[in-house]
Amino acid sequence: MNLSDVVALVMFVGVVAYALFGGADFGAGFWDLTAGGAERGKNPRHLVDLSIGPVWEANHTWLIYCLVMLWSGFPTAFAAITTTLYLPLVLAALGIVLRGAGFAFRKVSVRTPQQRLNGTLFAASSVLTPYCFGSIAGGIASGRVPSGGNGDAVTSWLNPTSVLGGILAVVSCAYLAAFYLATAAHRLDDAGLERYFRHRALLAGAVAGVVSIAGIFVLRTDAPRLFHQLSHRGLPLMALAALCGIVGMAGARLGRRAGRREIAALAIAAVVVGWGVAQYPFLLGTHLRIHEAAAPDTTLAVLLGVACVAALIILPSLILLFRLSGQGRLRART
Amino acid sequence: MDRVSHPVSKALAAVGDPSQLLPAREQMAFTLGFHIILVPFGVALTALMLIAHYRGLRHGDGDALRLARRWSKVAAVLFAVGAITGTVLSFELGILWPGLMGDYGAAFGMPFAVEGLFFFLEAIFVSIYLYGWNRLPPWAHFWTGVPVVLASLGGAAAVIAANSWMNQPGGITLRDGHVTAVRPLRVFFNGAFWYETVHMLLAAYIVAGFTVAGVYAAGMLKGRRDRHHRLGFLIGFLVAAAAIPVQIFVGDTVARQVFQDEPAKFAAIELLPATGDHVPENLGGFLVDGKVRYGLPVPDMASILAGFTPSTEIKGLEAIPAEVRPTDRSVTIVHLAFDVMVGTTFLMFGLVLWFAWLWWRGRTMPTNRWFLRGAAVSGLVAVVCLESGWVVTEVGRQPWTVVGLLLTRQAVTTRGNLWPLFGATVALYAAVGIGAVLVLRGMARHWRTAGDETVYVPYGPEQPFAASGTAGEER
Repeated sequence: MNLSDVVALVMFVGVVAYALFGGADFGAGFWDLTAGGAERGKNPRHLVDLSIGPVWEANHTWLIYCLVMLWSGFPTAFAAITTTLYLPLVLAALGIVLRGAGFAFRKVSVRTPQQRLNGTLFAASSVLTPYCFGSIAGGIASGRVPSGGNGDAVTSWLNPTSVLGGILAVVSCAYLAAFYLATAAHRLDDAGLERYFRHRALLAGAVAGVVSIAGIFVLRTDAPRLFHQLSHRGLPLMALAALCGIVGMAGARLGRRAGRREIAALAIAAVVVGWGVAQYPFLLGTHLRIHEAAAPDTTLAVLLGVACVAALIILPSLILLFRLSGQGRLRART
Repeated sequence: MDRVSHPVSKALAAVGDPSQLLPAREQMAFTLGFHIILVPFGVALTALMLIAHYRGLRHGDGDALRLARRWSKVAAVLFAVGAITGTVLSFELGILWPGLMGDYGAAFGMPFAVEGLFFFLEAIFVSIYLYGWNRLPPWAHFWTGVPVVLASLGGAAAVIAANSWMNQPGGITLRDGHVTAVRPLRVFFNGAFWYETVHMLLAAYIVAGFTVAGVYAAGMLKGRRDRHHRLGFLIGFLVAAAAIPVQIFVGDTVARQVFQDEPAKFAAIELLPATGDHVPENLGGFLVDGKVRYGLPVPDMASILAGFTPSTEIKGLEAIPAEVRPTDRSVTIVHLAFDVMVGTTFLMFGLVLWFAWLWWRGRTMPTNRWFLRGAAVSGLVAVVCLESGWVVTEVGRQPWTVVGLLLTRQAVTTRGNLWPLFGATVALYAAVGIGAVLVLRGMARHWRTAGDETVYVPYGPEQPFAASGTAGEER
């Protein structure tokens, strides 16, 4: 394992973190979108606000982390990706603008029509953005981004593997968020809302299972190399994901609370890590190896240094933030 | 990569400009120009907020505490908008300028990794600070705001490191157009780093200070003359007033550095076609077919400002090889932007002197209506000044993206048709901008009519659950 592999690994940690934390926020937006009319959806929406309000910016920052790691550490791969997959990237950026503005403005706007407009923007873009990122991952994994860039602008992301990636991303986010929100509802002693999200967790889990099984056939025909790696080297991770999925859903069915968020997160993490493992040692498809795309060692060393500092400074701060907001320690003192 | 961008001669063989160049530049200018207005509020409004907070805690000043609390909420809204427009920029760097990122990402991208670190820290502590009001012990809460201010300074410096590297690149070894070795410290602390950073940070404090002062000056013009308004005005105005003279000194130093290190940019600033001494300072004017038109020349002034004697020789545009000489239009833009920057700076300085005179005569906060009118628009003037400063440095670099290494037309993408994207971006940003203004105005109205507790912000605490069927009480 050389330096470029280490930096790729450190970057991939960011991808996993974004999938889990950013993913849960996107999923919350999905449930916001499907919560029904203003009156019926009031309480679920309120819970979404409560649980992602303090952390959504920090969670979003993982994306920036991944981008800067990619463009500094693997500049040629970054240029290849942006010149090929520019359409889903533009759509994802659009989603990020609408989502951020919608969420920020909804909380401050007072009138219901304004709230509804901002809320719809927030929720719809919470579906658009993960779909685009999922399809980008699918495009990269199935080898549709040429090393020199300028790949097909349309088929690079409108293809079976990308569509699978996009749908899986949206469903995974929804699955994850349902568990997080059920726990948040429990913390507020709101049994009704907890039940509400438990049902949705079950539903999302079932859909994820069906999509994954369909995905086996899609990948076998569309991306045989990826399928082969996933079913050999990645098999333990896929098995772990499936197991966690089943355990998580059984837990949701039986109303078990202990560790349910962690198990849901582990399922999603296993799928994402499985993608990484299946792709290693390639950065793009099966044609650009990690070390071929890497920047000079000094740049990689700086990036590694930044990652170490982040681990020392950011992680404790992040844990503090999550503890303060998650455990309600910052509620009003009397 | 088959893109070979170095040496320059090879690149110059490319004929004409790709069709994407103009829309890509317009798009970048627009989104960067939008984002840059938000930067001072992340960098400096948070500092004003802590000044008020400190005063409030130290002297038990309830007005100051209320100001700090309100400013933190304004900062939160603007921080949210700044974060999304900043994210768009990081997408655009790849989508619009793959040549820059592909060829020089190993050097140019690096400072952004450091910026990412600071941004992360800022995002975390903004949340903690906003949640902390009335919840954390008062001084502990104050200290959670300090990382916000420090991280914003560090983040801004890191972005400026990347930008100044484009103006004065160094610290890399190139072979066949590929970066094969990088000296990180030389990349970060490049020739232009310190003065660009200090210049921009001062500008941020001036913009935020005058904008805040302007809001309260407008309130005072409407007859709200209470202590809350006077204090809000004074904290903003005094910070900006302290920064302005320093900025004039720093700006003068920056101009002399540019004269030494970036002669092409300086020739454009001075609207100077041919090399010479006893160069006049042209106020206004255009470059048409390589000749200066309509300017008001102050004899010998440019030479004196650049080298303290009229005999100082300044390189003209002629000295630049014809293939990489900036067009008349970009030279004119740079020159006029420079004039606007300097002119607005002295306008603001005049306002500060006026304030000092009124204060000296009245020994109290001036309430002269004409002064307050001037103060009310000073924030806008400061924004114009900031924007024109960035035009000078960005357009002044053209036709280069990385001076001497990468032409803008080599950096630009050739994919897709960018005009619709540009149109959509303008519409989207207009909506976000209008949304932000409406939200801020709504907050201000709410504060006046309903008090402080009922305004909610993106990262701030929530209102308790409404009493309804399934909802539990928040405790």
